[in-house]
Amino acid sequence: MKLILTEEQKFLKDTAQSFARDKTPVTHFRELRDSDNGQCWDKTVWQEMVDLGWSGILVPEKFGGSEFGMAGISVIMQELGKTLTPSPMLSTSVLGVSAINMLGSDEQKDNYLPKIVAGELTTALAIDEGNHHDPFAIEANAVLDGDKWVLNGKKVFVVDGASADLILIVARTSGKSGESNGISVFAANHENAGLDITKIATADSRNYANIEMSDLKLDQNALLGDQDLAGETLEKILDLGRIAISAEMLGNTEEAFEVTINYLKERKQFGVQIGSFQALQHRAATMFCEIELTKSAVIAAMHAADENSNELERLASLAKFQAGETLHLVSNEAIQMHGGIGVTDEYDIGFYLKRARVAEQIFGTSEFHQARYADISGF
Amino acid sequence: MEHLEQFRQEVRNWLEENCPPSMRTPLVPEEEVWGGRNAEYVNPESKLWLERMGEKGWTAPNLPKEYGGGGLDRDQTKVLHQELYRIKARPALNSFGIWMLAPCIIEFGSEEQKREHLPKIIKGEIRWCQGYSEPGSGSDLASLSTKAEDMGDHYLVNGQKVWTSYADKADWIFALVRTGPKEPKHNGISFLLIDMATEGVSTKPITLISGKSPFCETFFDNVKAPKENLVGVENSGWTIAKKLLQHERNFISNFGLAGGGTGSGADVVNIAKKYLGESNGQIANPAQRENITLHKMKEHAFGLTLQRSGDEGAKASAASSMFKYYGTEHNKDRYELMIAAMGNKGLGWTHEGFSDDEQAITKAWLRTKANSIEGGTSEVQLNVISRRVLDLPN
Repeated sequence: MKLILTEEQKFLKDTAQSFARDKTPVTHFRELRDSDNGQCWDKTVWQEMVDLGWSGILVPEKFGGSEFGMAGISVIMQELGKTLTPSPMLSTSVLGVSAINMLGSDEQKDNYLPKIVAGELTTALAIDEGNHHDPFAIEANAVLDGDKWVLNGKKVFVVDGASADLILIVARTSGKSGESNGISVFAANHENAGLDITKIATADSRNYANIEMSDLKLDQNALLGDQDLAGETLEKILDLGRIAISAEMLGNTEEAFEVTINYLKERKQFGVQIGSFQALQHRAATMFCEIELTKSAVIAAMHAADENSNELERLASLAKFQAGETLHLVSNEAIQMHGGIGVTDEYDIGFYLKRARVAEQIFGTSEFHQARYADISGF
Repeated sequence: MEHLEQFRQEVRNWLEENCPPSMRTPLVPEEEVWGGRNAEYVNPESKLWLERMGEKGWTAPNLPKEYGGGGLDRDQTKVLHQELYRIKARPALNSFGIWMLAPCIIEFGSEEQKREHLPKIIKGEIRWCQGYSEPGSGSDLASLSTKAEDMGDHYLVNGQKVWTSYADKADWIFALVRTGPKEPKHNGISFLLIDMATEGVSTKPITLISGKSPFCETFFDNVKAPKENLVGVENSGWTIAKKLLQHERNFISNFGLAGGGTGSGADVVNIAKKYLGESNGQIANPAQRENITLHKMKEHAFGLTLQRSGDEGAKASAASSMFKYYGTEHNKDRYELMIAAMGNKGLGWTHEGFSDDEQAITKAWLRTKANSIEGGTSEVQLNVISRRVLDLPN
């Protein structure tokens, strides 16, 4: 496994970079935030991404995708992260596609994947139930009643849950909370009776929802894959999500860092550029090192996913941990080094801090992944 | 490619005939070969191996043949290293002369100096040491004050060097001296070669907090150094010094990172399980387990970064500053975690109450404190990253 990009991946990265620069600079995010667009991302922009093929990067060719893999989608996420571009890439192109593709029957794939590729369908993965990510702590349950599944329970902090057409619900069909066995995944149309979707307003001004299922009735073919047996595959789906968001967080970090370094070169106090102060230089140099480590962890994880490496879990946790730690550091230092202007809403740098803390929570904080890494490694 | 494969076959045949059997066994420290006039060989095959490799010029494979080097190009050098590695051959010669001085003589030395010094370096006949730091000049090396006065046919050298590794065993020293006391500090320095056997040169070993060490102080008391031993132009030695530091830094970061030079390659997780005990197969103390996990994750990401740098074919001295900084700080951290995990067993000084391995870890812990000082402190590395990579102003 070489830790570099192929020509194809470099090309995708360049395309995404131009796209983010030209179509979705940070002003785009600011306008969305200040508008009353309830879904927090722009339909026209998403359609342009779809036209570039980004909705189908993980979709098999026979369902209309390009199979460019996690490396392909990660470099796009990284570039979009630089300008804080909101889009359903994570919820739909990574999680939705992976869940349907890895769990679903051919019929289900045929039903959903081409629509996702075409931009006609967006998805959300409803998994967490508590204040912290805990993938097997599932109490929401599904019971077969005659020829219908009946779901009850609640989900929180569902990424893009407020706009998704299709909600992929992780529910327990047997066993008890905390167990990997007994978990199943169901696909429900967002308009189904018994599904109550409430948008929540988070600091990063993105799209999240709390969802309640009250006697939500679904046809038997709403079950993706085998009853009770989704747990292991779900971990893999989540790992892909973790890698993709790590790449986005790397992009957030790189941009916040670059903006800050430029500020250190411009801003003058005491008659000199503040970047000449060693107190700031050493902190900047330390951040540089951590960013280099993050790049390595992310690129190793995305290649591991594409090569089906048995190191995938460890590398996904390493990437999310390292991306989280580094973004945490850089987003805090970026504010401090900007001084007064850094805490004003008028200046963009605060957006990176707000996005940082939310992204750190998604699919497990650094502490979560540290514990997971230790367990996998046998420490 | 075909000629490379032919070369590989030649190398293989030659090694088969010429690499003595004991030189294909794991190296024991007392059999390490540094060459020099006073070299002692515990194992006679070490001497034979050095003579044969030196004769071929393969102790310095990429140096020109006319000066005794191997005259190999990059690819051939790589093949030679692969073949040596394949049979697990010991290094025929460890040499500051080859690692640091020879590239500078090639670049800056006169024809006479090349003919005089390079063959002896390559054959391991003369052992060199480095005279850079002084008691008053550590990180600010260019402030050095060992002076060399122009006396017509020779320089008269007076002053003191410190941290000269193996000065007590070396035959010659390459030293930075001040020849221009009135010039701005960087512009009054010269690069001078001095025979350690000259009258007025003396050395004194330095004991570190970790115990015995190869480091020495070196004193120059009215030492006469012939003028022909000046490398390059008078007062322009700083350029050579910087070049040589790059060679040194590359050498040290490899050394520090592998945990090399620090006695024990012990794994912190195994140590922790042994001394803290296990509970359900896990390090029993949760707080220490957490600290060790953080450390191992950083190590993993750092290792991937070294690999990525190699895959990208990166050059840049900026990368070497990052690796020097991160690698040495990480190594210090590893030993702190290790002795913490060992509890009172991590605090042994002699064999009374402590095993050899335990003492070695305690000593190694102390030795790592110098990792982030030698070869440019961590703070200097951060300065380099700030200025050269991030382009922050002075």
